[in-house]
Amino acid sequence: MSVMKLSASVIAIAAVSATAAMARDNVQVSGSSTVLPYATIVAEAFGENFDFPTPVVEGGGSGAGRKKLCEGVGENTIDIANSSSRIKQSDIDLCTTNGVAEIMEVRIGYDGIVFASDINGPEFAFTPADWYNALAAEVVKDGAIVANPNKTWADVNAALPAQALLAFIPGTKHGTREVFDEKVIVEGCETSGAMEAFKAAAGGDEDAAHDKCMALRTDGVSVDVDGDYTETLARLSANPNAIGVFGLSFYQNNTDKLRVATMGGVIPTVESIAAGDYPVSRPLFFYVKKAHIGVIPGLKEFVEFFVSDDMAGPEGPLAAYGLVSDPELAATQQMVADEVPMGPLN
Amino acid sequence: MTDASLNPAAPKSLLTADARTRNRRAAEMRFRMIGLSAVLLGLVALVFLMVSILGNGVGAFRQTFVEIPVMLDPAALDKSGNRDVEQMKKVTTVGYGKLIEKALGAELVARNIDTQGLTSKDIMGLMSKEAPADLRNQVLANPDLLGQTITFNGFATSRVDGFFKGRVTMDSALRDSNISPEQLTVAQAMADAGLIEVKFNLSFLTAPDASELRPEAAGLGVAILGSAYMMLIVLALSLPIGVASSIYLEELAPKNKWTDMIEVNIANLAAVPAIVYGILALALFINFAGLPQSAPIVGGLVLTLMTLPTIIIATRAALKAVPPSIRDAALGVGASRMQAIFHHVLPLAMPGILTGTILGLARALGESAPLLLIGMVAFVKDYPAAPPEGLMQPATALPVQVYQWTQRSDPAFVERASGAIIVLLVFLLIMNAVAIILRRRFERRW
Repeated sequence: MSVMKLSASVIAIAAVSATAAMARDNVQVSGSSTVLPYATIVAEAFGENFDFPTPVVEGGGSGAGRKKLCEGVGENTIDIANSSSRIKQSDIDLCTTNGVAEIMEVRIGYDGIVFASDINGPEFAFTPADWYNALAAEVVKDGAIVANPNKTWADVNAALPAQALLAFIPGTKHGTREVFDEKVIVEGCETSGAMEAFKAAAGGDEDAAHDKCMALRTDGVSVDVDGDYTETLARLSANPNAIGVFGLSFYQNNTDKLRVATMGGVIPTVESIAAGDYPVSRPLFFYVKKAHIGVIPGLKEFVEFFVSDDMAGPEGPLAAYGLVSDPELAATQQMVADEVPMGPLN
Repeated sequence: MTDASLNPAAPKSLLTADARTRNRRAAEMRFRMIGLSAVLLGLVALVFLMVSILGNGVGAFRQTFVEIPVMLDPAALDKSGNRDVEQMKKVTTVGYGKLIEKALGAELVARNIDTQGLTSKDIMGLMSKEAPADLRNQVLANPDLLGQTITFNGFATSRVDGFFKGRVTMDSALRDSNISPEQLTVAQAMADAGLIEVKFNLSFLTAPDASELRPEAAGLGVAILGSAYMMLIVLALSLPIGVASSIYLEELAPKNKWTDMIEVNIANLAAVPAIVYGILALALFINFAGLPQSAPIVGGLVLTLMTLPTIIIATRAALKAVPPSIRDAALGVGASRMQAIFHHVLPLAMPGILTGTILGLARALGESAPLLLIGMVAFVKDYPAAPPEGLMQPATALPVQVYQWTQRSDPAFVERASGAIIVLLVFLLIMNAVAIILRRRFERRW
């Protein structure tokens, strides 16, 4: 009988405490694994210096984070979604359906995407066109559209070393891939003139040409990495001939193992990205559920602290970790102070 | 026979093996070799795993500390001058950082250590960013320290730590933007002067997680607490529920198609992938019941659901192993059904039940997939309170911490992830050892 009594009392305690502990006193953050380290750094400093508990920060991906944000209003839903790409109309629609009327869009800075190879390998100086000609499924050769015949980087561009083509690029679930596709592959497709050829072949259909540009070869030269940058690094050390795609902050923490390549003649650094010289970069965002401000203690303070000059400014710890600080940070700070929700997407 | 006794050294069978017998023996030998090589392969894999984990992870239990005298200047730390903790909280970690920076510079001058032309900021770069927070907590916990000169024992930064553990070399520092060879030279000089020391690091087991800027400060405290809370919940719920349902199914339930169906379902549930339970928990406990995210109570409930089938199967096997004669004898002398079960059958089956429960708990301890969906795979810096309130507060778990650390970009986290695996393996070993001891000592055979 004691067994029965024990289990009954345990269930009772669980039920009572479930109703008693509804008031959440910590900020809950979820989303992009690119923004995750920045958010943890801020959360840690916030917990240290403020009287509020340290916010809980989860990874899981930009899309998953935005979906969780839009699940509804209430203390068992998250307060902030980190995102390495801009929110989509479908997310906003989902939010509206679930009663999340107002969200604030906060841009924390920019992140560079770098191309790096093994530290002991040769130097590389790429252009987007090189990457397009190396990885695209079909390229233009002597005026005709042919399946990609290139085998080494020297085939792509005689100025590059004669090293076999092999690239580890982020898988399609990563926000980084979107930027890679748009700013490297499609850009290279345009500058190499292939876009025009595709358009002519498709009878002037721009979307079809765009899709053709983004189709990557499937013969094992371009390898999707679905894990994170640590996996790319591990694969790179197993295949020293490969080129990997990394975030700038990851590269900065592993400069003793990686040799970074230039893109369009520019070395990726915090400065060159801030100046807009380095072509492959993207803004990082987080989205705040406005209905939770004033309900969850410390939420507004956390958001304000995140975008403060002490944190996100050019001298702050986030910049030290590899975030390119936003030149328009002052405007963002004002927006957060006034709690301005974001307007419709343009 | 006489031949054999005359020459006992070479007893010889009279049977000469024919081709079929030789074939049979060869087949037996091949089978033995295959079995042996399978075992050897397993052993090699185990040894490889242990060597790589121990090789990587043992370092996590030792950490490089910088020990310097710091004068706690009341003018800088308590501007109001009345030792009011609320007022003193206004001085942030930045203020404490400057204090340590000054003390470090002064100590290097006092010890005649060549600073290699480094700025005081570069020298402060040898210390962990956790150090100012550490000092601040010490002072806020004990405001009477103000005005005194204390010996402050702070973490060195992960690169300096790596240097003393052999992970970072002068060559790699040359290419590393986070540390320079000059800084390492100063660190070496400080070590020679006794200011830097590598020693046992208890905080790896007690401290909470830390961000990527300070891997040296990261510890398993919150994860161990979270895992312990979840195991408490799993034990408190799954043992009584599992035992009660097994007793019912095994001893009392009629045998019909309903109980058959339940039986099949339980066997199937034991094989369902853990992530499925995570999806169930998200829908049931968080979205429907409104329990908080990232809380050990939700994690404990999921793991309970996951462990129940294992416990039920083990308990039923243990009950089945008790000979029917025990029940018959009890019923024969006039005991009720219930008395027969609780006075005779259950005590005899207890060792088997406990063994099954501990093995189920061990599996639950190592599980991270279902926790992914309920928000426990997160950066949690605050310790949860004591139960029962603590069960509602955010926490992580040991396997989750391993998963998170392997994803961090700073190479110092590789060592900590392996260290966390060692801790997890030690817990699992202890649990399995207890299960074996229980079985050996108390199990009765008929």
